Amino acid sequence: MDAVGLEARAAALGTRSIKTSAKAYAIDLAISMIDLTTLEGADTAGKVRALGAKAVHPDPTDRTTPRTAAVCVYPDMVATAKQAVAGTDVKVASVATAFPAGRAALDVKLADVRDAVAAGADEIDMVIDRGAFLSGDFMKVYEEIVAVKEASGQARLKVIFETGELSTYDNIRRASWIGMLAGADFIKTSTGKVGVNATPANTLLMLEAVRDFRAQTGVQVGVKPAGGIRTSKDAIKFLVLVNETAGADWLDNHWFRFGASSLLNDLLMQRQKLATGRYSGPDYVTVD
Amino acid sequence: MKSENSANAASAFEYAPAPESRSVVDIAPSYGLFIDGEFTEAADGKVFKSVSPSTEEVLSEVAQAGDADVDRAVKAARKAFEKWSALPGAERAKYLFRIARIIQERSRELAVLETLDNGKPIKETRDADLPLVAAHFFYYAGWADKLDHAGYGANPRPLGVAGQVIPWNFPLLMLAWKIAPALATGNTVVLKPAETTPLSALFFADICRQAGLPKGVVNILPGYGDAGAALTAHPDVNKVAFTGSTAVGKQIARTVAGTDKKLTLELGGKGANIVFDDAPIDQAVEGIITGIFFNQGQVCCAGSRLLVQESIQDELLDSLKRRLSTLRLGDPLDKNTDIGAINSAEQLARITALAETGEAEGAERWSAPCELPTSGYWFAPTLFTNVTQAHTVARDEIFGPVLSVLSFRTPEEAVAKANNTQYGLSAGIWTEKGSRILAVANRLRAGVVWANTFNKFDPTSPFGGYKESGFGREGGRHGLEAYLDV
Amino acid sequence: MSDARLSVFKTYKLYVGGKFPRSESGRVYEVTDSKGNWLANAPQSSRKDARDAVVAARKAFGGWSSATAYLRGQILYRVAEMLEGRREQFVREVADAEGLSKSKAAAVVDATIDRWVWYAGWTDKVAQVVGGANPVAGPFFNLSTPEPTGVVTVVAPQESSFLGLVSVVAPAIAAGNTVVVIASEKSPLPALSLGEVLATSDLPGGVVNVLSGNTRELALPLAAHQDVNGLDLAGADADLAKDLEIAAADNLKRVLRPQAVETDADFTAAPGTHRLTHFLETKTVWHPTGSLGASGSAY
Repeated sequence: MDAVGLEARAAALGTRSIKTSAKAYAIDLAISMIDLTTLEGADTAGKVRALGAKAVHPDPTDRTTPRTAAVCVYPDMVATAKQAVAGTDVKVASVATAFPAGRAALDVKLADVRDAVAAGADEIDMVIDRGAFLSGDFMKVYEEIVAVKEASGQARLKVIFETGELSTYDNIRRASWIGMLAGADFIKTSTGKVGVNATPANTLLMLEAVRDFRAQTGVQVGVKPAGGIRTSKDAIKFLVLVNETAGADWLDNHWFRFGASSLLNDLLMQRQKLATGRYSGPDYVTVD
Repeated sequence: MKSENSANAASAFEYAPAPESRSVVDIAPSYGLFIDGEFTEAADGKVFKSVSPSTEEVLSEVAQAGDADVDRAVKAARKAFEKWSALPGAERAKYLFRIARIIQERSRELAVLETLDNGKPIKETRDADLPLVAAHFFYYAGWADKLDHAGYGANPRPLGVAGQVIPWNFPLLMLAWKIAPALATGNTVVLKPAETTPLSALFFADICRQAGLPKGVVNILPGYGDAGAALTAHPDVNKVAFTGSTAVGKQIARTVAGTDKKLTLELGGKGANIVFDDAPIDQAVEGIITGIFFNQGQVCCAGSRLLVQESIQDELLDSLKRRLSTLRLGDPLDKNTDIGAINSAEQLARITALAETGEAEGAERWSAPCELPTSGYWFAPTLFTNVTQAHTVARDEIFGPVLSVLSFRTPEEAVAKANNTQYGLSAGIWTEKGSRILAVANRLRAGVVWANTFNKFDPTSPFGGYKESGFGREGGRHGLEAYLDV
Repeated sequence: MSDARLSVFKTYKLYVGGKFPRSESGRVYEVTDSKGNWLANAPQSSRKDARDAVVAARKAFGGWSSATAYLRGQILYRVAEMLEGRREQFVREVADAEGLSKSKAAAVVDATIDRWVWYAGWTDKVAQVVGGANPVAGPFFNLSTPEPTGVVTVVAPQESSFLGLVSVVAPAIAAGNTVVVIASEKSPLPALSLGEVLATSDLPGGVVNVLSGNTRELALPLAAHQDVNGLDLAGADADLAKDLEIAAADNLKRVLRPQAVETDADFTAAPGTHRLTHFLETKTVWHPTGSLGASGSAY
């Protein structure tokens, strides 16, 4: 990896100018790709129910607004979330494996996963063991993913690398391949709980990885940047990255997700602006 | 230009047109020569048209300099030289700083103008040409009062009148490379822009007026090769600086033989971009594309020969073709355009002919799938594979979006092939092994070596060639020497 | 005069590729002192000798240009050492060649030896003086270094047959070039003798090649030679210089014009760095630097 070249490419794609019809398309697509997330110690059933309602009807004033892809919660909130989105195609994703630090025995992590799956999680967002990775024990990282994948059963598995802790692009690329070889359905940048989360460059790098992995194995893996993407403008730039790196086959919420919360309201305001020609304001979107 | 196999979903995220506003630039229906601070008609009244290469629209009618005009401009420059060269360096510096600032202020206007007249994408004029133009003036402005410390002895003297002839590929940037160091060192200038791209130089004349530059310090003579020849041959010119083809460069070298004129030449190239098996592939692909498709390959330092290690050739070519299929060719004013128009019908004919030679000689041609606009001058990004050193497309400078792909087995062979050319302007090296970069860079006979990057420019970085790519350096402290009597 | 001993004349030969050939043409010409007395027959080199000299210079270029600057300095200093040991011979040859008194010739030879010392010390400094890092506005390490131009043809000064000769040859090789030098036509003997010194100074064969003969006859094909990269016109008159410069344009040789530098008479003056830097190319290498980690930046 050459860091300067990678970042320059990501920045260059960031200068694409997405206007009018393309922008409308991109905003709806971005909304449909959101894993609407709440991962707080203070999460309650009420908070999760509100989140679910928002995922199902992001803009109560405009029923043509797409639903988000999923809601993303802690394992103990999965059952609540399932009820909140029942009867829709909105998925429930659950972080697991001692999220976000991942510092627990494998048995504990697997129990965490099974708990979430048993509660009805459609998707599991696991964290890799960064300690093992950084100490060079890549086999341990790999085997843990394999075990979690097995424990996840039918649930799709997203593997979080915590790119901010892996620190270098070479590490992120290596982690991407370990994750994909171990059976990840998605590779995901970050927990949202550290200083550096999703960036254009680390997402570009992961998009290159899934593109190359499919070319070599025929297996398509999704990508999920998470944390730090807050504006429509940024989200659209990420979609440009997808479009011009992995390609149009990934422009679908089965293969690309945004891990985000506040992003949704900005997308909704931009959507309203496109519809009415007026700039919208925070009072015209819901706070949930 | 989207690849066909992704047409299905791509049609869903087809970027809508995003044109830069043309209204930021006001092009007059006609322009004169700029001599002694005034716009003036040519002595013989001749004019020529400047055409937008992307549409063939006539942008303006421009006075065409002839011998008499060259003489008049040189006289004006000579007259201005006495006072200009006697100005304290700090005062000359302030004029150049002013020019740099006005260029920054007017950069959007100039970017649009350059895109219209040259055909290159607005993305490039906006993000590369114009920032570099302003930076170049800003850099050399600072030298004007520091020449005693530049390593050329105390109080180095200017040469006098500089006759400068520039090409059409980076009209304003080449002007900056010529004029900024000339003025900083106390010379006065007669500059001839290329006949297909005279407009930005004429706008620059207006910037000189806004900056209050004394009359005659900068003179701009739009015209053809005959005007350039008259300028370089003029007996009262002390310094000749030329950027353009090697053939013309040689002719100029003969013209100035036996005179006192100081000469610098920045000529053609056939740069090798060497990709080793341990290269960062995705970044190398970007570098290859920047190397040969930046400005439609109409770049003297283009990486027009891709030398790829045989063991990764297939993988690299697959990646390259896939990436080429995402390039967007079309309206240069669209902010999403990656590939603009070829500068002129003549250049397009030359590129076309060389590409046909490549095919005739048995190289395998591949062009990115794309629709070319029906008017204007266009050439699809093209690769030739199965190329050897014996092919014309591996030897001749094509000066267009055509990449010749050759393979090598060992670093030794890569270096031998890279150096096997009469040119020596640029080269690229892609490998993650640091010592190999240094070893290969050491052995390459080229004036600029980009390792794990390509086509990067900076006013502080000397640029120029080995061998038939010319002599002298532009940029940096080195660039002062060409304009000093040292 | 029964104890008068018949001296042994030296057969003057060319110095090409580290060897001492006669001209392949078999021609010689008479060399006389300033009063017209015969001194020796010098080889009258041909175009083919010139061609051979270029081949030798090209062959030597790779090794000489990539030798460490320290080693080049050591070797140039060794030339000075060897010259010092043969000082008397050169005083005699210079006195004969240039019609100088013994003391004036001695001063010329001393100055010549000192000039080798001056350039010996330059080999490992010039890169620091004319090269360096360039502070580009981006995440790149950018370094300019000087590299030798290649094979340089030197038309040696016609009057200053030894000091002038060394003043034009030494800077070219100090910078890492290899040289084909056309000795002073009228006074070639010090140049040909210098070849003998160079051969015993650890200087690799082919780094300096010395030709004697008709300057115009040799210079024209060398100026037109496509495998010669530089041309120093120090000893060319104005007409010849112009012809040579025109011929040199065919492959864009770097030309050092006679009027661009000191006249012959000034070779005693401090040489400066002009000649040292003239046959240098500036190579600029870029490499990304970037940051330590994948911190990246947000849009």
